[in-house]
Amino acid sequence: MSTQTKDTTGYLDMELLRFSTAGSVDDGKSTLIGRLLYDSKSIFEDQLQAVKDASKRLGGGDEVNLALLTDGLRAEREQGITIDVAYRYFATPKRKFIIADTPGHIEYTRNMVTGASTADVAIILIDARNGIIEQSKRHSYIASLLQIPNVIVAVNKMDLVDFSETVFNDIKKEYEGIASILKLKNVIFIPISARDGDNVVDASDKTPWYKGDTLLHLLETLPVRKDETRLPARFPVQYIIRPHSDDFHDYRGYAGRISGGSFKVGDEVTILPSKTQSTIKAIDEGTKSLEEAFTPQSVSIRLTDNVDISRGDIIVKSSEPKPTVSGNVSLLVCWLNQRPLNEGGKYIIRHATEETRAIIKDVHYKVNINTLENILDDKTVKMNDIAHISIKTLKPLKYDSYGENRITGSLVLIDENTFETVGAGMIVHNLEDETFTI
Amino acid sequence: MSNYKLTHLKELESESIFILREVAAQFEKPALLFSGGKDSIVMAYLAYKAFYPAAIPFPFVHIDTGHNFEETITYRDELVERLGAQLIVGSVEESIATGRVVEEKGFNASRNKLQTVTLLDTLEKYKFDAALGGARRDEEKARAKERFFSHRDEFGQWDPKNQRPELWNIFNGKKNLGEHFRVFPISNLTEMDIWQYILQENIPLPSLYYTHEREVFERDGIIYAALDAIPRRESEKVEVKRVRCRTIGDITCTGLTLSSADSLEDIIGEIASSRITERGGRSDDKRSEAAMEDRKKAGYF
Repeated sequence: MSTQTKDTTGYLDMELLRFSTAGSVDDGKSTLIGRLLYDSKSIFEDQLQAVKDASKRLGGGDEVNLALLTDGLRAEREQGITIDVAYRYFATPKRKFIIADTPGHIEYTRNMVTGASTADVAIILIDARNGIIEQSKRHSYIASLLQIPNVIVAVNKMDLVDFSETVFNDIKKEYEGIASILKLKNVIFIPISARDGDNVVDASDKTPWYKGDTLLHLLETLPVRKDETRLPARFPVQYIIRPHSDDFHDYRGYAGRISGGSFKVGDEVTILPSKTQSTIKAIDEGTKSLEEAFTPQSVSIRLTDNVDISRGDIIVKSSEPKPTVSGNVSLLVCWLNQRPLNEGGKYIIRHATEETRAIIKDVHYKVNINTLENILDDKTVKMNDIAHISIKTLKPLKYDSYGENRITGSLVLIDENTFETVGAGMIVHNLEDETFTI
Repeated sequence: MSNYKLTHLKELESESIFILREVAAQFEKPALLFSGGKDSIVMAYLAYKAFYPAAIPFPFVHIDTGHNFEETITYRDELVERLGAQLIVGSVEESIATGRVVEEKGFNASRNKLQTVTLLDTLEKYKFDAALGGARRDEEKARAKERFFSHRDEFGQWDPKNQRPELWNIFNGKKNLGEHFRVFPISNLTEMDIWQYILQENIPLPSLYYTHEREVFERDGIIYAALDAIPRRESEKVEVKRVRCRTIGDITCTGLTLSSADSLEDIIGEIASSRITERGGRSDDKRSEAAMEDRKKAGYF
């Protein structure tokens, strides 16, 4: 044992990368995830044995069906489909990874949106034999809608097209057209065979024409959320810490998670919506005090003045651009519920740490996410639909656009009767800047 | 310009603290389910950090099967005192005595299933509307799909096909009367993350996690403690071995691992090279392939 203990210090300063995958039964998504888990030694013998047993029982013979590793619920195993978002974990000596593994069919758009909402990277799988199909466009649209900073286009099953450079380049060229329409930020193409492992963990000798990184190496080196810490500082107040004890008699800490930029002791700040001004006296993290803290740290901020602040307020730096404070909000919404959106209806809104109510003022149009065209004649927003809507909130929201900040630019709609989360909203300022039509 | 880089452990800590504070803000009467295992110990420390210098604004609830290792109970009482927390104990033995549940019989009898009833009764008795649990998504495949905020109906049941979508870091804890939530702040930590976090934060653990000599016996390839809580067949021989717990639960379902690891560094090295999952030693999961899913639906942790 003692020989391995030397590695532990390295583990303590690894970074965390979250990525999403979307795919259906046949495109090799499960095989790819299985390969990443297997090659990084994240599958254990008892898990592998359970999968072998299940493969046999479901009539797969001796061939191990790696998809069974990722399909957790009984209904999914029986029907051979992935219904929900499943979270998978693996680590290499460099990074720890969280995979949001989502189904790829259109009827699971809401699950794809959920999985993509926290991802730093989206992996779009394209079957080299079929090229870009409707589903590839859909997955790309979702990556764009959710503003995932990096997209890896993995052209899979290269073994079935003789590792042809021409096939790969044709797909790449066609996809670049889509990427530019969708304003995808950083797109990287890799030719792979998930089944045999080519260019997944190790570089393949069958693609000498490919000079880029392997998939795993990319995942290990892509920057993690470097942009968020450079945004205007945002601190949605989550909870007020008041000890009421003799030792901390006058302590009043505003607890929350920094959701953009960074804060320093001494910074002049403005509290919204009241526009009260104050200065940061201290930043506490657990039992320690910090000079500076940044996104996405959970801290408590203490101010020099005794001001009236409650949950839902946002603390920002006085010197930086402020969020919009308004009850009129324009957003793209992905509908998550069986019951369609009720135009003119009222919903509960949760935005950052704020909760209020809103009325749906207008449904402008829906988006056909297969063709990326706008639908103007049918405005019934059903489950899995994406639509552009306007709402009016009871209390003003303090928001940025989703393109500027994923936390202060997002909200959810909650049904007033069932309390289910029924809609996911991405706030837009100027639709021309943020959307696209072919 | 500063180098704004957060380690994976700091980021996961920040996420967990956010969830714990969200629970305190959104619910009227939350409780933290404390099992005495390493995951709930980490959760307890995170709760301490989340509200410091104020006291943790909810009590710890321990469901005691009466078949706990002595070390677990000693540790629990010390921890509660150290963190200044309040403790409520729900007793499975009391549920048996009052006829709420009937004890399983035979050699493989376990109170693991019975504790679900005691747990629901305890939540009901104190009117808790949110119960914080130390479950992790990497533990078991049904847990891979569990939400951070997991809605339970008025019977305490989980409906895996009708879970509320969870996007960004917005958590919806709204509920109707009689319903409650299970909340899992350390969902995204893996077994390795837990151990690394314990090492980084220098968190003291029950001695059971480190190697010690103990009388044990083997059943179906799993090593168990030779204590009165598990009746043995005549053929099952008691031997003294150097073992440690990789997970700690009730005596009847805690498999022991042959190990000489006597420091956190040793344990991390051992897990890094291990080829069996930690729940591989949990006999409660082996009852069927969907054993965990079924227990969770019924209201298990």
